Amino acid sequence: MAFEYAPAPESRSIVDIKPSYGLFVDGAFVDGNGAAFKTINPATEETLAEIAEADEADVDAAVQAARRAFRSWSRMPGKERAKYLFRIARILQERARELAVLESIDNGKPIKESRDVDVPTVAAHFFYHAGWADKLDYAGLGPNPRALGVAGQVIPWNFPLLMLAWKVAPALACGNTVVLKPAETTPLTALLFAEICQQADLPAGVVNIITGAGGTGQALVGHPDVDKVAFTGSTDVGKAIARAVAGTDKKVTLELGGKAANIVFEDAALDQAVEGIVSGIFFNQGHVCCAGSRLLVQESVAEEVLHRLKRRMATLRVGDPLDKNTDIGAINSAEQLARITELSGIGDAEGAERWSPDCELPASGYWFPPTIFTGVSQAHRIAREEIFGPVLSVLTFRTPSEAIEKANNTPYGLSAGVWTEKGSRILHMADRLRAGVVWANTFNKFDPTSPFGGYQESGYGREGGRQGLAAYLKGGQA
Amino acid sequence: MARLDVRKTYKLYIGGAFPRSESGHSYEVADAAGRFVANASLASRKDVRDAVVAARKAFGGWSGRTAYNRGQILYRIAEVMEDRRPQFEDAVRQSEGLGAAAARGQVDAAVDRLVWYAGWADKLAQVVGNANPVAGPFFNHTAPEPTGVVGALAPQESSLLGLVSTLAPVVVSGNVAVVVSSYGRPLPAVTFAEVLATSDVPGGVVNILTGDATVLGPWLAGHMDVNAIDLVGVAGHPDLAGELEVAAADNLKRVRRAPAAEPDWSIEPGLEPMTAFLEHKTVWHPVGV
Repeated sequence: MAFEYAPAPESRSIVDIKPSYGLFVDGAFVDGNGAAFKTINPATEETLAEIAEADEADVDAAVQAARRAFRSWSRMPGKERAKYLFRIARILQERARELAVLESIDNGKPIKESRDVDVPTVAAHFFYHAGWADKLDYAGLGPNPRALGVAGQVIPWNFPLLMLAWKVAPALACGNTVVLKPAETTPLTALLFAEICQQADLPAGVVNIITGAGGTGQALVGHPDVDKVAFTGSTDVGKAIARAVAGTDKKVTLELGGKAANIVFEDAALDQAVEGIVSGIFFNQGHVCCAGSRLLVQESVAEEVLHRLKRRMATLRVGDPLDKNTDIGAINSAEQLARITELSGIGDAEGAERWSPDCELPASGYWFPPTIFTGVSQAHRIAREEIFGPVLSVLTFRTPSEAIEKANNTPYGLSAGVWTEKGSRILHMADRLRAGVVWANTFNKFDPTSPFGGYQESGYGREGGRQGLAAYLKGGQA
Repeated sequence: MARLDVRKTYKLYIGGAFPRSESGHSYEVADAAGRFVANASLASRKDVRDAVVAARKAFGGWSGRTAYNRGQILYRIAEVMEDRRPQFEDAVRQSEGLGAAAARGQVDAAVDRLVWYAGWADKLAQVVGNANPVAGPFFNHTAPEPTGVVGALAPQESSLLGLVSTLAPVVVSGNVAVVVSSYGRPLPAVTFAEVLATSDVPGGVVNILTGDATVLGPWLAGHMDVNAIDLVGVAGHPDLAGELEVAAADNLKRVRRAPAAEPDWSIEPGLEPMTAFLEHKTVWHPVGV
């Protein structure tokens, strides 16, 4: 049963993409010394702009600018710092549609997500942290909390502007200055954010945005005058960063990969659970570190849940990210599409059964249909490795203890989901799941007041909430 | 003829039992003046691995105890220690070369520190956790949980107060520990293990190895089933501490870094020694009828 929809594209005339972008250092856009690279629209493969690459000298200049700005920024009364953050939050709201469209063009995510989730949450992060700037003494993180200094921040491509907000807002509220590197495939909203900092008259050097790939990130993380490293991305890079900062005084937070279990008990409200399974794995094309990529469904309802899930998946609309009816947009890059394709192929080769609804994929751009694998065992690579795409592995269980054992059988520990109508079972499961975020009868919810981060190889430190402040303060104890 | 005294064999403490080192090796322990006191077991890589296995096995039970119960048990350790103060005073005097009054001060402070930490067991979650007022119809709260198996290199100088101050914050929140004692001053740690064995601490919750932190540290730091490590025992050895941090990155252990010098253990520790080995778990649930 497929409904026909007329195209409902969001106009892209609201954005003005320049042919080329420099680095944002010390309050101004400057040329980079590295070889410029292109950012493309993953839905069309059209080149959007040329982006400057920061080399070591550029990184050094940005860190020096941040260091110079730190002196006055960290000594500025908290209530004044707060007003800059409130001002930024307001401009983010004023330019919300522009940011959402630009994010969808550069990233490939559906406009309804960038418009209704990413950008509003970005503004909320700045509002939330603005209010902390003059209340740090009341955060309960020990006496006399002080800023750390210069924060080097490296963020991924899956939520480009939202990850920027998670990094920049608490850093600034606590009196740090930042050098932030967006992902090389999604730099545009970070560069627009730089313009917003200019509009807000944020003092030069407080926020610096440098673009580039892995080498630029390494230079930033390894810079001797960086006091704090914050990274969101893959577990492999997270480990490399942990090695790079070994033996230094740098404070580090890492928000890394995941392979979350989404556990459905037989007494769950099944239609709601199916909605949760769908948003758990297909939200943002599954490019979500906390995605519910392992469905653990109780054996007695497995057939029924799969039936309803397939029926629901058949209604998902894959296509133009700027179409307001689109549920699943483009895969962010050719490289990521290759990885999803490869791991799915391994799923086939290892004997799992693949299913996707009939859906027509656009001829150009990077696309992958919503996919589930059944007959998956814990030893299968698609049950162990992060695919970071719209691919769900389905496993079954009989007892709560078996569900817990399977859910925890992973080196990760970022998130987990539980679906049951029994309150005591929710609390029992929430207690025993070794994960930093447990969503019970919901999934993939985020809020600036709610700390986010992982156990084990999903990283350390929290972002958001009172606990997230500790990552940017000396004397912080949480 | 005067009665010949019966000397104690100083052994390791693993899984609630007192084995010798699997390696069969021991080493001579001297007092502060350099006189031979006893042979201590020289723990090996295999002993580290056995201790980690014992600790992992104990984690579910210990972390699943109520905070009230863990507090009771930590207080019980203090009680039993108090009862054996003269023995600890002798051990500390011998190990650290202190006068009687100073040694007594160390023992008193160690007992008092256990009492201090015992009281934290059922308060920590209230102090470091909280409800989160999210912008939507959801119940949302954040509470601390223990990280898991913690490897602790105990300080080299403070053989009892430093040891207790390193261990208590690890286990009070539900973590389990594999501790490498001071190399040169290991005997108070063995006596402390004997206290643990008679204080209702479940076997495997605390495992104490006597031996060389510079040798055992790399095995502990690189062990894939250890979740966190405290490097205070290699304070003042930045190169080694850096190497251990690199090894710890293999499974992203939480690292409590080595300070430049051994800290002043007489100062009230604050929350940090406990929060260094906590995870924060956030739970969401919709609100509705």
